Amino acid sequence: MALVVPVGRASRKRPARKRGTFTPLLLLAPAMLWLTIFFVIPTFSLASQSLQTGDIDNGFTLTWHFQTYADALSRYWPQFLRSLVFAGSATLITLLVGYPLAWFIAHRSGPFKTMLLVLVIAPFFTNFLIRTLAWITILTDNGPVTGFFRATGLINVLRWLGLVGNDTLLYSPFAVIAGLAYNFLPFMVLPLYTSLERMDMRLLDAAGDLYANGWQTFWKVIWPLSLPGVVSGTLLTFIPAAGDFINSKLLGNTQTTMIGQVIDAQFLRVLDYPMAAALSFILMATIIVMVGLYVRAAGTEELV
Amino acid sequence: MAEDRDPMIDPMRASFARAALSRRTALTGLAAVGAAGFLAACGSPGKAPTSSAGASKTPLSAPDLSDTEKVVNWSNWQAYMDVAGGKHPTLDAFAKATGIKVKYNEDYNDNDEFFAKVRPLLESGKDTGRDVWCSTDWMVARLIRLGYVQPLDKANIPNATNLADSLTNVEFDPGRSFSLPWQSGFAGIGFNPKSTGGKTVTTMDQLLHDPALKGKVTLLTEMRDSVGLVLIEQGVSLATVTADQFAAAIQVIADAKNAGQIKGFTGNDYTKPLASGDTAACVAWTGDVVQLRLDNPSLGFTLPDKGFTLWSDNFVIPAMAQHKKNAEKLINYYYDPAVMAQVEAYVNYVAPVKGTKEALTKSDPTMANNDLIFPSDATLARAQVFRGLTAEEETSFTRQFQALVTG
Repeated sequence: MALVVPVGRASRKRPARKRGTFTPLLLLAPAMLWLTIFFVIPTFSLASQSLQTGDIDNGFTLTWHFQTYADALSRYWPQFLRSLVFAGSATLITLLVGYPLAWFIAHRSGPFKTMLLVLVIAPFFTNFLIRTLAWITILTDNGPVTGFFRATGLINVLRWLGLVGNDTLLYSPFAVIAGLAYNFLPFMVLPLYTSLERMDMRLLDAAGDLYANGWQTFWKVIWPLSLPGVVSGTLLTFIPAAGDFINSKLLGNTQTTMIGQVIDAQFLRVLDYPMAAALSFILMATIIVMVGLYVRAAGTEELV
Repeated sequence: MAEDRDPMIDPMRASFARAALSRRTALTGLAAVGAAGFLAACGSPGKAPTSSAGASKTPLSAPDLSDTEKVVNWSNWQAYMDVAGGKHPTLDAFAKATGIKVKYNEDYNDNDEFFAKVRPLLESGKDTGRDVWCSTDWMVARLIRLGYVQPLDKANIPNATNLADSLTNVEFDPGRSFSLPWQSGFAGIGFNPKSTGGKTVTTMDQLLHDPALKGKVTLLTEMRDSVGLVLIEQGVSLATVTADQFAAAIQVIADAKNAGQIKGFTGNDYTKPLASGDTAACVAWTGDVVQLRLDNPSLGFTLPDKGFTLWSDNFVIPAMAQHKKNAEKLINYYYDPAVMAQVEAYVNYVAPVKGTKEALTKSDPTMANNDLIFPSDATLARAQVFRGLTAEEETSFTRQFQALVTG
């Protein structure tokens, strides 16, 4: 049918097409403006700062001092690595804890669904700092949690894994990872819930009809369908966790310093703004690269 | 193929292409804007290095609105003021006596954080919205050096003569022309006998090496207190400390840290773990320990025999303050020993005002006899103040110390 397009029709389309080109731009404008003011300009300013030299008495001038980046990496690579490992572990824990929880809320909670969702978010009604400080009380030396770990010998397992230094839980890598996992759990549960909740349950019946056992049903049907939730959940957890400095500051010891703490110290206490800027930039770049690889590996097209 | 299938879609597709194109154009435009921002960012920061030839800069002053606006904005540390029934009685009395309303903000949590907050305003010569605040000695030194605080008009502060003799001629502000102390205190060693196995902790050497305390020790993030105590124990005078001596003391702390002796570096938040016993021993400030002991009398506190650090938090009036005279009247008011005694009864630090002890003896003799609040001359003789540092020294020392804290 037809290469013949009525001329009148085409000309009638033209104004519509024009409107089509402007409207999206107009709709984008607020977001673009927002991004420009609060992201693009600060990013350039940060980049500029990281290449400056000077001190607060004489001001900072741009000298294209790339050496700062080399110094930052050679001096603070252990903290970078530690941040990624801690954030990765915390993300894994939130996934393991959050997945069954999200499944339960989505499909097994019946009339309690809304209430359970509110409960997941409930900790956010309290201040982030207070929530973290509460973990000091939870893991305190004479408390029941530490008592349980000692009585069951689990503490020896943790020590063998290098997650605690002696027979206390507080002020250890274990405490930092636990704090991170706890604080970011809702960021994992909510996206997981969203993608699990809209899953068509008849697919499970279909899988059963095709003689899939429980594990196969999960692995071949549920898991792939929940991948969008998994990907957004892990990103929402991992990215802020990698830059977090409160958990490592309050729950960690001198051997658990994360990169956020270093940036905090360089910016506020040493007043070495270029170093702080360079560290922030390296962190940003590392996360962008890792997220890029991750999203590519997970196959983005189907995930929105 | 596509054309065969449905030509009707064509215009739409063209419009998509157009949209994509304009998006790309938009992005290019954005990139140009960004690049401009980049250049602007490169140009703006920093002043010409010549603008300060080592000497202090002249602070900017604003027209004083004190006579027309009867207010004064005071930023202070938390729990640093007398409280009764949710109010601050001394502040209310001041308002009643002078008609000046004090806007009292407890938003000074940390010298460095506060400095980061006000620096951009001071640097660009703007009013910080504050007329007076209380900075620790070394921060006062920095503020004076940068020209960020104004000289005090002593004509408005006749009570300044009540300043304790030991504090009148400090190195960073000879003759006290820019600052007057609000509260002072000592840093010493606090310990909880429940967690030390009944031991007392008397020296920094013990704190940093005793196996009984392993992994249960905290130091303060306040560099001059933590490193200062170690330096004093090594026989170094804080008034003359050199870079080498400082580095040696840092090494001592680093060794203890690497041996797992030190659990962490804290700010004011060391008190809770010390009281609960999670921290066995730590570097601690006098006023905090005096307060903790009210609930937990078994807590120990040592002022080491070889000496300890003395610090003060000082009133300063920032550049461009709008109500300078009101602020000076406020300072004058607190330099009345009777008023300072009321504050002291609550905050338990060391009062810098002569006659406070006598004033407090009437109302609370036990407190007036506490050597940590009203130290004897023998105690004061052991106290040392960290000397003022040049900008380069400050950067270098802080960097070494922060490498420890965050390493």
